[in-house]
Amino acid sequence: MEFFADLVLLTDSTFRIATPLVLTALAGLVCERGGVVDIGLEGKMLASAFAAAASAAVTGSPWAGMAAGIGASILLALLHGYVSISQRGNQIVSGMAINIAVAGLAPTLANFWFQKGGQTPLLGDEARFSTITFPFAESLADVPVIGALYSEILSGHNIITYMTIVIVPLVAWMLYKTRFGLRLRAVGENPEAVDTAGISVTLLRYQAMVIAGVLCGLAGTVLSTGLGAGFIRDMSAGKGYLALAAMIFGKWKPVPTLLACLLFGFVDALQGRLQGVALPLIGEIPVQFTIMLPYVLTVIILAGFVGKIQAPRASGIPYEKDH
Amino acid sequence: MKKILKQMGVALALTVTATAVAAAQDFKPVLLYDIGGKFDKSFNEAAHNGAEQFKNEFGDAYRDFEPNSETQYEQALKRFARRKADVIVAVGVGYSVAVKNVAKRYPNVKFTVIDAIIDLPNVQSITFKENEGSFLVGMIAAMKTESKNIGFIGGMDIPLIRRFEQGYVEGAKYIRDDLNFVENYVGTTPAAWNDPIKASEMARSQYSRGVDVIFSAAGPSGLGVIQAAKDNGKLAIGVDSNQNHVAPGSVLTSMMKRVDLAVYQAMKEAKEGNWKSGHRVMGLKEGGVDFALDEHNDGLITADMKTKLEDAKSKIISGEIVVGDVAGSNSGH
Repeated sequence: MEFFADLVLLTDSTFRIATPLVLTALAGLVCERGGVVDIGLEGKMLASAFAAAASAAVTGSPWAGMAAGIGASILLALLHGYVSISQRGNQIVSGMAINIAVAGLAPTLANFWFQKGGQTPLLGDEARFSTITFPFAESLADVPVIGALYSEILSGHNIITYMTIVIVPLVAWMLYKTRFGLRLRAVGENPEAVDTAGISVTLLRYQAMVIAGVLCGLAGTVLSTGLGAGFIRDMSAGKGYLALAAMIFGKWKPVPTLLACLLFGFVDALQGRLQGVALPLIGEIPVQFTIMLPYVLTVIILAGFVGKIQAPRASGIPYEKDH
Repeated sequence: MKKILKQMGVALALTVTATAVAAAQDFKPVLLYDIGGKFDKSFNEAAHNGAEQFKNEFGDAYRDFEPNSETQYEQALKRFARRKADVIVAVGVGYSVAVKNVAKRYPNVKFTVIDAIIDLPNVQSITFKENEGSFLVGMIAAMKTESKNIGFIGGMDIPLIRRFEQGYVEGAKYIRDDLNFVENYVGTTPAAWNDPIKASEMARSQYSRGVDVIFSAAGPSGLGVIQAAKDNGKLAIGVDSNQNHVAPGSVLTSMMKRVDLAVYQAMKEAKEGNWKSGHRVMGLKEGGVDFALDEHNDGLITADMKTKLEDAKSKIISGEIVVGDVAGSNSGH
């Protein structure tokens, strides 16, 4: 029974940890399916975390925060688009530039506006996306199995986590069932063909950038106004890169990418749970080893289980009409 | 030739006096923070408060620097040493190697390093008996818990933070020995100080496993623990600065490490000319550590608890209770 209770708590924690990862990985996926490599996910997430926290702190509304977060992320996405689509610059360099610029700019602006040494003020409950408790969650909590599933796992997340659950199938539907999705996939594989058909490669790629901007903006918003309560420098803590890895695990497909993110989230939750616990036969595992767990797992999966990874063929290559 | 030498000597003497006068008029202390930002509501903020106090009392402005990564420690130290700072106060055990290297190269500059021990003639080392302060908050946690489960969340897994944990566990056991401890460390790199999301996730996990009081020694990451306490209606214990005001009612108390006092004293001594190198330990006796009691947590700490705490405090000061320590707490990592 204790095992079951642990599993419920781990699953609950996995959902929370995975929310920003899933959103960011989907942003990267849409971008790369359209032929633009976006290594600047980390920077966009951090920028929107800052914009969301700053706006929520000033207005007292998390929705204003979300709008600012998404806005900031879209702006950076368009900047990346301008460099890599219109100017045909190096996409890796542009993405890295965004990461570095935001890592410095966000704390500097925070210091300028709030004089708190690179942080935004801590947000009160009214300025955050608090957890939503489903009806009857309290009273059902004592019902065996179903009660725990309902009140611990399903209930008690913030609204962005629930939005993410809707966004994943939405992105999959867009990518595989709509005309726009078909064209987007084509532009990532063979932009010449799309161009020959009389469809603008540039416009399609910019559209992908905007979608990625919205998704990344949501991820940043959930960091600073949902899971946390304010912006702290470097609070994205490498999640953007982890999301890129998850996207590659997921072979640029929405559902496998979701599963990869959930796996990362689960391992992260598990390593927290395993710390300082004596396991049968092995004994207590040193913290260093439990913290290593997600990385070891990454290597094992990448080396042994993923199989052949095929990136979208035109991904990372600027499109030039004359070729 | 002799005459020239003499003249040079006079000139030299004049320059020396001139610099001495300039130094007296324009005292330039420098404060170097650890990673995490100066308003972390914790360790760095305490250092900042100490420097501010010095500035207000003596009217001498200080310069400060916030590093973004470990590689900037040595650069910053060198830069300020070259500019002839009067005293450079570096806070954080992470500075130990950097201060050792730079202090050797600039033997005329005074360095004060907090949390690390460096044996050089121009370095003053100040360390704290965090285990004694943690002992007290451990007692408070043990007296307050209803579920008999108490938790600890450390930032980076280094011996210094293990020392907090050691004192905390001993203090709790001093009150009752039927307690269950749950511990977590955010990470093993300096990034662990800046990850409130992960810290709050760990706190949530501990709370749902029955823990009702968590002591976090994790710098800015600790804000995540306090947030989780607030969201779950449980209790957290703050660290370094008095964090009771961060979420009144959810912060049981704070283990105060008087970094402010250490910074203030180092600057004051340098200003007044009685700065001495060597190692100084600040424990309960010296007022270096304590638990925080103010209007925000007055309702949480009962009179009975206070009596027990005062009693334990005097026993620690008199040496009747010896709080265990962790080896290597103040050496570099």
